[in-house]
Amino acid sequence: MTTQKKLIFGLDSFGDIPTTAEGQLFTQAAAIRQVVAEGVLADQLGLDVIALGEHHRPEYAISSPETVLAGIATQTKNIILASGVTVLSSDDPVRVYERFATLDALSNGRAEVVLGRGSFTESFPLYGYNLEDYDLLFEEKVALFAKLKTEKPVSWSGKTRAPLKETAIYPQTEKGSLATRIAVGGTPESVVRAAKYGFPLTLAIIGGTPQRFVPYIKFYQKAAAKFSQPAYPIAVHSHGLIADTDEEAFELGWRHLRKSFVRIGRDRGWVPMSRAQFENEVKSGSFYVGSPETVAQRLAEMIRTLGVGRVELAYGAGELSAPARMHMIELYAKEVIPRVRKLLSEGSEK
Amino acid sequence: MKKTIGILGAGKLGTVLGQLALKAGYQVLIAGSGDPAKIALTVEVLLPGAGALSAAAVAAQAELIVLALPLGKYQTLDPKQLANKLVVDAMNYWWEVDGKETKLNDARTSSSELVQAYLKNSTVVKAFNHMGYHDLYDETRPSGAKGRKAIAFVGNDKQGLGRVAVLIDALGFDPYYAGELKQGIRLEPGSPVFGANVSLAELKKLVAAFVESPRGREVLRARGGEI
Repeated sequence: MTTQKKLIFGLDSFGDIPTTAEGQLFTQAAAIRQVVAEGVLADQLGLDVIALGEHHRPEYAISSPETVLAGIATQTKNIILASGVTVLSSDDPVRVYERFATLDALSNGRAEVVLGRGSFTESFPLYGYNLEDYDLLFEEKVALFAKLKTEKPVSWSGKTRAPLKETAIYPQTEKGSLATRIAVGGTPESVVRAAKYGFPLTLAIIGGTPQRFVPYIKFYQKAAAKFSQPAYPIAVHSHGLIADTDEEAFELGWRHLRKSFVRIGRDRGWVPMSRAQFENEVKSGSFYVGSPETVAQRLAEMIRTLGVGRVELAYGAGELSAPARMHMIELYAKEVIPRVRKLLSEGSEK
Repeated sequence: MKKTIGILGAGKLGTVLGQLALKAGYQVLIAGSGDPAKIALTVEVLLPGAGALSAAAVAAQAELIVLALPLGKYQTLDPKQLANKLVVDAMNYWWEVDGKETKLNDARTSSSELVQAYLKNSTVVKAFNHMGYHDLYDETRPSGAKGRKAIAFVGNDKQGLGRVAVLIDALGFDPYYAGELKQGIRLEPGSPVFGANVSLAELKKLVAAFVESPRGREVLRARGGEI
């Protein structure tokens, strides 16, 4: 529906704290080194993207994704180094651009900024921003970021940072602009915003059936047409857990993936996810949990339904052990992805 | 003539409720914050057939109005516009935005009672607040269907309650009357019902289980032993 280009596959992490095979929890520092090792492995196995998200909570080690990505950059050759997301509302667009342009230099042009409002709000009080300005902050800063992307001297004034007058930002990238996307959770206004500024869209689908998003994809395409902007292939971010067998994956997912949802949900007043809800998410919702064959089938179905161009699986949620995380990355790269490609090419021949 | 439903708030929840209402055959009128032009495209693509209007126009043209804006903004509503209307409150306290030191989370008063006190000439019924928006979208079933899920509602006005029960059923869920408006506290964040996507029988149990939950005990203490 969007493009015949090759499907892109990626891995996403917030820097969850893993355990050793014996169940001992890593330190946050060791968790960061683990993500670097996983990024290196992903690159060796030919994965296309690793995206690291910004959080400021005890269960996640990554608050500065671009610093971790810089660590991965110098040890890898091909993998795209993305954030997922950079909470632009509570950051300074100029500094974000500078940091990712630096990452782009270190990685020979592989940096990608994924901007979002973030579903977490810790960064607001942390950096002295007022949540009442949630909409204004993102709107103004995205508009400024779109200007910075031209890498020409920028003049700008607004309410959320100091004005710029014919100011150039350094370092400049070799390709003339930073790859940039906007990630959204389904707020219609956010989709329109991505289209308006001509940014590719990432949909975070963390629950429910993927079919629900079919109208949103049409929505993005229509919005892009309205603003005379290109409609890029859509990326989808969802949780995944791949193990050798369905049973093992289900058991690990129930223990770790569900636990991470329950912990976050508790802060928000949600009842813990029930067994039935978890089973639904695994069977027909947005948790890609199972053996390589099961996950490949479900991913192929989602890709067909939504016509997306890029799939990113969030891995290692909860306190999944480091060896299980590495094993999942291997299964994903060596078995799931080739199988998905095969299923899709068979489907298109019919 | 089609029945009309007004929705104030064009975010995730407002959009999903609009989609369900369209599917159920309602005429849908929806307003976001500010200029209707801002949501014109949203409505055109995601709610084909619905009308994108100002909040004032929605209030003027619909007798039943669903509040799907952030709870913290309820005082931006105009009580005069909503006077004599049936108002369905689907809003929730969200501590990350509203903070922890707020009346919105007071154990003595449910947030829907605050909304009712503010909209003093409207009839407020609380409904559609406890199920996540993606479950709302995915879980509609016709009346009597196996596996149908339930939505709890509370309020004080018998006629208004009856109309909301009809609406819940029309949208695809079993309605469950959980008491007067002050019982709305049983449906709020932190209660066993919050986030529930369950059958009528299961929902009844969860509403009753409130008193044994940590939040329920806090509410009981604050209200002198009675909810």
